[in-house]
This record gives sequence, structure tokens and C-alpha cells, in this order.
Amino acid sequence: MKFLSNFVFRLGLWCAAMALAVSAHAAVHPDTLVGFAGDFSGRIAAIEALGAEGGDDARRILDALEAGNLGVIDNRVLIVEGDTVLDAASGEAVTDILASEVDTLTVNNRIRRALSSARAALILISGSQPERLAAANTLGESASPTLLPLFERALAAEEDASVRAVLIRAAARVNLTDPDPTLRRKAAQDLGSVTDPAVRNLLAALVGKTGEGSAATWAEPDASVREAAAESLRAIDRRITLAQSTGTIFTGLSLGSILLLAALGLAITYGVMGVINMAHGELLMVGAYATFVVQGLFRTYLPNWIDAYVIVALPVAFTIAALVGVVMERLVLRHLYGRPLESLLATWGLSLVLIQAARVIFGPQNLELANPTWMSGGIDLGAGVVLPFNRIVIIFFAGFVLLLLWMMMQKTRLGMFVRAVTQNRAMAGCVGVPTARVDTLAFAIGSGVAGLGGVALSQIANVGPAMGQGYIVDAFMVVVLGGVGQLAGAVWAALGLGVVSKFLEGWAGAVIAKILVLLFIIIFIQKRPQGIFALKGRFADD
Amino acid sequence: MHSRRHFIKALVLSASIAAIGAPLGAHAADTIKVGILHSLSGTMAISETALKNTALLAIEEINANGGVLGKQLEPVVVDPASDWPLFSEKARQLISQDKVAVVFGCWTSVSRKSVNPVFKELNGLLFYPVQYEGEELEKNVFYTGAAPNQQAIPAVEYLLSEEGGAAKRFVLLGTDYVYPRTTNKILRAFLHAKGVKNEDIYEEYTPFGHSDYQTIIANIKKFAAAGKKTAVVSTINGDSNVPFYKELGNAGLKATDVPVVAFSVGEEELRGVDTKPLIGHLAAWNYFESLKNPTNDAFIAKYKDWAKKNGVPNADSVVTNDPMEATYVGINLWKQAVEKAGTTDTDKVIAALSGQTFKAPSGFTLTLDKTNHHLHKPVFIGEVRADGQFDVVWKTKAPIRAQPWSPYIAGNESKQGL
Amino acid sequence: MRTPLTLRLLQSTPRSGWLALAIFAAVAWIGVPLAHLVVPEGHPLYLSAYTVSLVGKILCYMVVAVAMDLIWGYAGILSLGHGLFFALGGYAFGMYLMRQIGRDGSYGADLPDFMVFLDWKELPWYWLGSDSFLWAIFLTMALPGVVAFIFGYFAFRSRIKGVYFSIITQALTYAAMLLFFRNETGFGGNNGFTDFKRILGFDITSGATRVVLFALSATLLMLCLILGRYLIRSRFGRVLASIRDAESRVMFIGYNPLHYKLFIWTLSAILCGLAGALYVPQVGIINPSEMSPANSIEIAVWVAVGGRGTLIGAVIGAGIVSLAKSFFTVTVPEYWPFFLGGIFIVVTLYLPNGVVGLWRRLWAQRKATDAAPAEDPTPAAAIKGATA
Repeated sequence: MKFLSNFVFRLGLWCAAMALAVSAHAAVHPDTLVGFAGDFSGRIAAIEALGAEGGDDARRILDALEAGNLGVIDNRVLIVEGDTVLDAASGEAVTDILASEVDTLTVNNRIRRALSSARAALILISGSQPERLAAANTLGESASPTLLPLFERALAAEEDASVRAVLIRAAARVNLTDPDPTLRRKAAQDLGSVTDPAVRNLLAALVGKTGEGSAATWAEPDASVREAAAESLRAIDRRITLAQSTGTIFTGLSLGSILLLAALGLAITYGVMGVINMAHGELLMVGAYATFVVQGLFRTYLPNWIDAYVIVALPVAFTIAALVGVVMERLVLRHLYGRPLESLLATWGLSLVLIQAARVIFGPQNLELANPTWMSGGIDLGAGVVLPFNRIVIIFFAGFVLLLLWMMMQKTRLGMFVRAVTQNRAMAGCVGVPTARVDTLAFAIGSGVAGLGGVALSQIANVGPAMGQGYIVDAFMVVVLGGVGQLAGAVWAALGLGVVSKFLEGWAGAVIAKILVLLFIIIFIQKRPQGIFALKGRFADD
Repeated sequence: MHSRRHFIKALVLSASIAAIGAPLGAHAADTIKVGILHSLSGTMAISETALKNTALLAIEEINANGGVLGKQLEPVVVDPASDWPLFSEKARQLISQDKVAVVFGCWTSVSRKSVNPVFKELNGLLFYPVQYEGEELEKNVFYTGAAPNQQAIPAVEYLLSEEGGAAKRFVLLGTDYVYPRTTNKILRAFLHAKGVKNEDIYEEYTPFGHSDYQTIIANIKKFAAAGKKTAVVSTINGDSNVPFYKELGNAGLKATDVPVVAFSVGEEELRGVDTKPLIGHLAAWNYFESLKNPTNDAFIAKYKDWAKKNGVPNADSVVTNDPMEATYVGINLWKQAVEKAGTTDTDKVIAALSGQTFKAPSGFTLTLDKTNHHLHKPVFIGEVRADGQFDVVWKTKAPIRAQPWSPYIAGNESKQGL
Repeated sequence: MRTPLTLRLLQSTPRSGWLALAIFAAVAWIGVPLAHLVVPEGHPLYLSAYTVSLVGKILCYMVVAVAMDLIWGYAGILSLGHGLFFALGGYAFGMYLMRQIGRDGSYGADLPDFMVFLDWKELPWYWLGSDSFLWAIFLTMALPGVVAFIFGYFAFRSRIKGVYFSIITQALTYAAMLLFFRNETGFGGNNGFTDFKRILGFDITSGATRVVLFALSATLLMLCLILGRYLIRSRFGRVLASIRDAESRVMFIGYNPLHYKLFIWTLSAILCGLAGALYVPQVGIINPSEMSPANSIEIAVWVAVGGRGTLIGAVIGAGIVSLAKSFFTVTVPEYWPFFLGGIFIVVTLYLPNGVVGLWRRLWAQRKATDAAPAEDPTPAAAIKGATA
């Protein structure tokens, strides 16, 4: 059951009519459509009436309305299909009116809602199982006494267990106010399996008192109903609490995974070369822009495969960001080894140049990146908690990137060199590690990982020239908190910061949460100046 | 010993600093200079670049039609780089060094507040094209964007109406700065007047550039679950809108359940969002690109041509929006006033501006108020379409007069006009 | 016997230096006021209000650059949070300026406009005394000083160094920026303080006030240079330089680096605060974006461009970068970040000692070529010149 409901639809009229409706109309009676020519409430009434009539023609007209093809001229209701104009009621072509002359009706939220209810009511009786389930959910959210006859009629015919369950709960919501205490008690029990805060509020009202002081009376006169309601309430509260704490942890993990993707590349480049790369955020931006270009190519050349564009964008973004990284390293950073503070300024200059380059090439506005269908929507935990698929995918993606990096660092020769150079550059050089090449490769990999982070960010945040600036400070905090050159440290720091920020945000609001986290980092560094995981090695002075 | 050289150099330097700042000599008298003060870099470039383009387009158009008072207009474009102190420096430079007759510029309230004293001191003329919080009226500024009663209040009235969904509970969500704060203060007072109680209003602010809306969306859902029809009024600014709307779409908050009406989201902002999950969410403006009328068709065509001709990136997908229309209207009103006054003298132009009218792309003939330096503007409420444009679902019958001093803020009753 | 302080101060700067300072003072105290107030407009010697405020603003930046150079160039501590101290000084003085508006605000109330607007009935406690000029001056120095002292004490005691220190100063200024952005904090949120009317009762837009502020900024800069010069040539300065170059060794010899670092760090913050206080009335606005990490990085860039480790280098760097920004944002509004970014890259790559280093190298080369016919070209001289 979905999270919200409270619409009162005046659908009673057509629900009753529906019970008597004769199926298979030849065409819609023109009188039904008169409302469309009238004012707003007339249109709603006409939609309701169409729902009541049922049948293919009603559906055809509703479809036309939703698509914005239904128009009115001189009280004639017409459907415009391209250049042809049809009479809405009969479905016959009209020749005396041009398509361009017809002013089509505006569809606003009210109309859209009425449409979806009318459509759901049509489907609830006649659709396939998934359609019926969706329809039952839609109607269940707006359960009102006028819908009760429809629910009961559908229940009588329905055989599928899952649809029945939804319908029973929908009916129970209405029955809570029934004069018969047995029905009320049954309803209160039925509602125990819901995780909807709106239902929770209904039940909570039952077990409370109305009035002041000694004059207060129970809102629900029957004690057994109150008891059933209280029991259901406890069950609902348990599930709501569970769902909401899961939700909070999830949001924290999600924020942490994004911080991690933003910071992983930095952890490598910073660890290996001690270079503060202020242009790291711009490498994220490069990755996101690469994703945008890939999406554009898919839209033009492979529109049927558009859902795969994110996958294809991964290697592309990695390669492009890595190339940009190599160019940066070869042209600038190479000359600044051993001067970390100067490298900070040079990369700051690079970041200015890259941002403005993006602005000049792609324009200053944000770019539109659509979530592929498999990353849209989410898992509904009830109680208003939805775990969006794009965030779930990103959490797993962050884990995947981490795993790859870890394998690279621990299992390959290059990884061993990188670790050696991180620990002691001079000694590694002495024993034959080609430090210059390791630097370039490590920088390329770090930049490429940032590019991957850019792909992930493009799926949840805005893509614009200055997008990297929003992450750079946070990424530094993660690296510093975690300890230089430590993948494990970065992981703990990112996830920890993510979860802590989200808990604080729920308690104190976004701004204070951020300030507290920053202060925490400052204090933490006082205690452990080398981060959570300090590099083990001999450092007399650095 | 190098110190002597140092100090001599210091002297040379300070002398050269002074020299650079010194007057750059007389300028040609056969053109009228027009300053354009919009950020082309930094955080606000995303919004303001299009306004600079519109201003250049309007100037080109005026020049092609013979200019003003027989003289060509010469645009002076500077970049205040989203840096507020730089705004006041550049404003001073435009007025006192470049001797521009008028400046078109600013977007954020803080940039306007930063330049106001400069315009007052040097008696310059500023046209400010963006919807804003009101609570201000400067002799030297003309406000061609909406005051709160020309945007926020009609939008909330619509939400309260039967047609708009008869909302009973309101989330006032904004970025933490003066425009959302003021607008929400006015709206709260307005909602009180309409019988909405404090417990049915949930106000929340996020910092600039906030990109993680998970917690806030969860809070909105919790708030909306209380059982009354809920609507969200969003004054979220700039870049934060993309993550907000993406989260909204993925968290399953549909417009038919909890409609979001936004005051800072227009066609340009929606270019950065996949609008398919957002169909039906609302925006209130005084102009939409989707308005069908000959003036607007011509305006859009002109802008698209201009963008192509001048190599604007992604020129085939450029859009027009409300502040762009306001910029365009502002320049043309100024031109008419200069022609009426026969001079570019600030005081005479200010006098000539009062009561000027112009047939705007919104399809209405807009009048500049005789006393309060604001335009009478029509209000449109649009629902987001799948193509990133808006369907107008409600509009005022006639332009509304601006109330820069909102009657919903205590102490404003006596304030009217200059 | 130790020489008296005044004498030591005098001796720290050579006579030619004093001469140059005197000329500079004459220009700032007499030349500029005459050129702005007395010379008629249109005359080639006339200085416009725009120029005076622009140069006045840059003078404040130069003070900040010198303060930055004292800790980065001479103590090896790179702060990415100096914008915070600058802004704190600015806010401290801005509070006074807000109170000076009196009832001339748009609501005509005793409270600043933004407080009226947030429905505040009285000034919060930390605004106490903000109507007193002397208190404002005190706060201008005390506020950044105390913040820097507390932060520095803990950071230096924990021996946080190098990049770590830079990053946590960045975190500090970022956190402060977020705090000041909040409207509830009581400093006007994003809009900050603006629309000042008067200072000590004088009209803030009048030419005389502008000239006085300009002269004060110039004076502050000169004082900074003299003080800086004195400090770095004293025993204190030499200990500081050795801490920069080999902290452990200094410790083993028996000095406690904490005291030295903490002193110069706090002093640097106070100088920034004073610069901020002079900056605010000249530009007419103070808002939290002054505390953004980017602004603080820009301060470091000034010093790097000019040449760190030389006081005059910091001054020149601040001048060059600010003027370049003012210049490019007008002449190539859409492309100036390329130029500015390019300058940073080129300077750090090819001019490790900044513009001053380049100047010295060229100077040394010219000397070497001049002397070449007579003797061997001496690379040693060039090296000496570059490292002095």
C-alpha cells in the first residue's frame, strides 16, 4: 500500500451506475460529453460519467483527453488526431473543422487524478492481474465511502490473493466508520497489516479521547474495537519505525557511497604523490560530461538501447578522465613533486580553466541526464520510505569500484609499486621501482576513478560546469579523515560521515549537521593527526 | 641589499595602479553606452548568461531599427563573476568610468543589495529583471520581474482552489537566503488569513548548493501522511533543483499526490532535468515559452536565430524564460522612455518611464507603474510537460499591480510608492 | 645591552626603504586626497571615486597578503582559511556600521533591517556594544585573534602540519561560512551587511571619508611592512625560519615551536581582521561568501604569484592578481578564468619564487652580463640573488 491518500472523489454516482451498467456500448451518448464544454467541475463530472459508462469508446475519449487531443468548439467535443478531426461521441471524421482550429482542453493535476481513478475503476473489474493490482492500489489510497460498493463488487469477483488483500484493506479503511461494531472491529484487525502512516493516524484517532478533562469520551465507544485498533496500531508502529530507521541508514549509506566515489580517486593521487589536486572535482565533471555525450550518441544512433547508455558511459568516462589526468600530470604536476602546497595552487588554476572550458564548450546551463528505466523508481518499504533504485545501484557500484581498486592495489605488480611509492618514494626508487611511470599510471587510475564517480553523480545530482566544486571540500575531508593513501580509511571515513550527517540532519537540519560534521573532523584531526588509519612506517619528519 | 629596489617597485606599482584606474579619456559621442552586469562565471553564470544574451539581442534589434535618438547603442559587457563585492565595483566602473546611460543586470538579491548604494550615490539607472522578495523600492532601480504578489500569492491561491487541488497543508521549502525567507514569511501570513494553521505549515531551509534531498523528501512524505491534502511551495534556488527533482521523481512523490509549485524553476532550469517523472508539478511565472501569441513566437524565433548566429553552445535547444522576457521588456521600455525624454539623463528618463507601456511576449501590454517602479504583470501557472515546457493551467485575466511592500508583513501598511 | 625597540625598528629597514615608505605615505596621505578632492573632474591628474575605492580595496588585499606571507613564507604554514579572519574583522566592523544606519533603514526601526524582518525584538547579546566605535575596533582585532589563538593552540600542540593543517583550516572557514549563511545566526544571512550610511557620523559616500579610508588602508599596509620586516629580521624571525625548514631540529635544540607558531599565526589573523574592517566600508558589503574556501585559496595565490618569503612579493602579488581580475573581467568577460588560471599554472611551474624571484633572476643575469667582459660569469651570484 502506498504512502498517501486522502482524496475525496465524488465517484459515487458512477460507481452505482457501474453496477447497473450495460457493457458494450456502440458509442458514447453525446449528452455524457456536454460537461467537457462547460467549466472545470463540469469536466470532472464528464470524466466521472465516462468512467460510469465504461466500454472502449469511453476509454478512447479518456485516452484522448489525457494525451491533450480532446478539444471543444461551439459545444462540439472533438478529438484531434494529427490533421484529422473526429467527433468524440461517434468516432466519425468531421470535415467542416480544421485540426488547427480546435483548442484542446488543458489537463491539470485534478483532471489527471480524476482520469486515473476513472481508469482504475474500469480496469479493476476487467484488467489483467498486474493491472488490477495497480488499480486496486490507486483506488485504495483514496478509499472513501462512495467507493465501497465498487470494492465489494470487485471482491466478489476477484480470485487473486494479492489483489484481494489490497481490496480488503481498502474496504477496511472505509468500514472503520461503519455503525456496526463487528465490522469496525474486523476492519481494525484487517488494517494491522498496513504500513501506511495515514492509516496509522486513522487508528490512532480511534483509541484516543475527544473532549476536555472529565468530559472526555472515547472516540470509539466499543472497547473491543479499541483493543483491536490498539493492537493493529502497535504492529503498524513497529513496522513504521523499522522502515524509517532503515530509510535513514540507507540515506546515510547512499551519501557515504557518493562521498566515497568522489574521494577514492583523490585518496590514490594524494596518497601516492602527496599532490593536493584541487582540480579533482573537475575530473568528476569530466566524467559526467562524458556520460552526457554518450547519452546524446545513444539518443541519436541507438534509441532502442538507450537504457544501456550508463553502462557504456563507464569505460568512456574512465578513459577520458584518465586521459585528462595524464595530461595534467605530464604537463603540470610532474614538475611539482615535493612541493605539495604549490601543486595546490597550480591545480586550482587548472580547475578554473577546466570549469570555464566546460562552460564555453557545453554552455553554462545544467545538462539533462535521464535515469535509465532500470534506475528509475524504487523499492517501497511502506511508511513513505522508498529506496530509489538509482541510489541502490550507486551503493553497489561504489562497492564494485572499491573492490576493483583493492584488487589492483593488492594483487597486481603495479599496485605493489604504488604502495611502495606511497610508503617511501626514495627507497622504492632505489630498489628499481620506476617511480615516474608509477606516478603517471597512479594518477591516470585515480583520475579515471573520479570519472566513474562522475557517471554515478550524473544519475542523482546536477551536471554543470561547476558541479565538481560542490564535492571537493567533502572529498578532502574524507581523505584526511581516513588517513593518506589508505583505501580502508577512505571507506570508513566516507560511510561514517554519510551516516552521521544523515542522523544529524534528521535531528538538527541540513546546515547545522554540516557544521557539526566539519567541527568533528577538525577535532578528530587534533586527536589523530594522521587520520583513522595512519600509514605505518618510519617518519622522523615530513 | 634588495630593499631599496623593493620599495621603488612598490612605488612604481602603486603609481601604475592609479594610472590604470584613471579616466580612459573621452569616448565617442555618436553611441549611447549600455552596461550589462550579469555573471558569466561562478555559480550564477548558469542563469545569468542567458540574460546577457537577451540583452545583446535586444540591443542589436534596436540598433537595426535605427537606434535610440539617432544613435546606436553600444553594449558594455562586464563579468562580476558571482562575486558580490565585485558587483558594486563593476557597477561603479560602468557608471563612472564607462559613463553608461543605463545598466541591465543582477540576479540574486544580494547582488542587487550590493549595487543599490552605488546607483544611488552616482544617480545611475538599473533595470533588475528577476522575480524577487520585494521589501525594497529604490529611486534608481526599475524592477521588471515579479513582486511576491505577482507570483507567490496567486500560485498559493491556485493550490487552495478547487481546481488546483484544494490543498490544506503546506510545505514551504527553500534555500536559506532572503528571497525564500521573505516569500515564505508573506505566504505564512497569507495562509493564516486563509485559515491555515501553523501546525499545517512546515517550513524548511537548505544551504546553497545542497545536493542531498533524501532526508527532506522523507520529511515531506511524513508531513503529507497526516491525512490532509498537502502541497509543496518550493523556493529552492539554482543548482539544488536538479537533485531535488530527481529525488522527488525516484521517491515516488507524484504531482497528483503532492504537487510542488516552484518560483525559481523555469524552462532554463528544466533543461538540466529529465522531466518525465515530474509531469504535473507546477511553476508560477509571468511568462512561459509555451505561450501562444505572435509577439512571443517572434521573440522566440529571434532569440533562437541570435543564439545560432552567435555560436551559443547547444544553440538548437535554447529556451526562453521569464527573466529573459523581463530583460527584453526592460530594454525596450528604457528605449521608449529615452525617446520620450529626448535625453539619457537619469532623472528625465526616470520621469519618462512612469506609465510607459510595451506589448510583451507574454501576450499582454505591460504598463510600468506610475509610482512604484514595477511592472503590472499577468500571472501564469504552468504544469511541467514531458518536453521540459509548461502547460498553462491558470492565468490572471489582466496584469496585476505590484505590491513591493507586502501587506502581509507588519509595518508595511503605510508604505506605497516612492 | 639591548638596543631600544624604537631603534631596532628603525634599523630593521634600511634608509632607502624608509625613503620609499615616506614617498608612498606622501602619495597616499597628500597626493591622493588632493587628486580626488581638489583637482577638478576631467583634469588628467583627477582620481575618480572608482579608482580610489578600487585601489583602497586592493590595499586591504595587500595587507592580507602580507599577513599570509608571514605565516606561509616565513613559518611554512599554509592556511586555506585566512578568508575567515578577514571576514570576521569585516563583520565585527560591519556590526558597527549597521548600527550607524540608525533609523534610516527601510523599516525606520532601531534594529538593523534584517532583524526587523526576522521579527526580532531586540539585539542578540553578541551585538552588545556594537554601537561603540572603540568596541568595534577592539572586536575587529580580538575576534579573529581569539579564534586564531584557540584554533592554533590546539592544532600546533597536536603538531598538525603541512597539508593536514591546510585542509582543516579550509574546513574551519567552510563551517563558519555555513554558519553565517544561516539567517538565524544573526548576521544577515546571505545578504550580510550592506547599505551603510555613515561612519563616526560622517557620510560614508563622501569623498573625504573615502580618502581617509584610503589613507588608513595605506597606513595599515605600511605598518604591516615595517612590523613584518622587523619581526623577520629579529631573533624571533630567524627561529621561525628554522622551524619552517627543520622543525624537529629546532625542538631538539630546546625551542618550543608552539609559542613561535602561535604568535605569528595569531598576529597574522589580527592583521587580516584589521584589513577586513577597512575593506568593508570601502566596498560597501560584507557577506559570508568572503569565507568561501575559494576566496582563501585566492589569498594564497596572491602570495605565490608575488613570491613567498618576501614581504614585497606578497604586496605585488595581491596587486597583480586583483588588477588582472578587474582588467580581464571587463576586456574578456567570458574567457578571463583561462587567463587567471593560466597565470597560476605558469607562475607555480616556472616562477617558483614568484614575480619577485623572476625579477631577481633577470637582475642578476644583467649584472652578470655587464660584468662578463671583465670576469667570469658567476653562477654563484645568480644563485645568491635568487635565494636571498
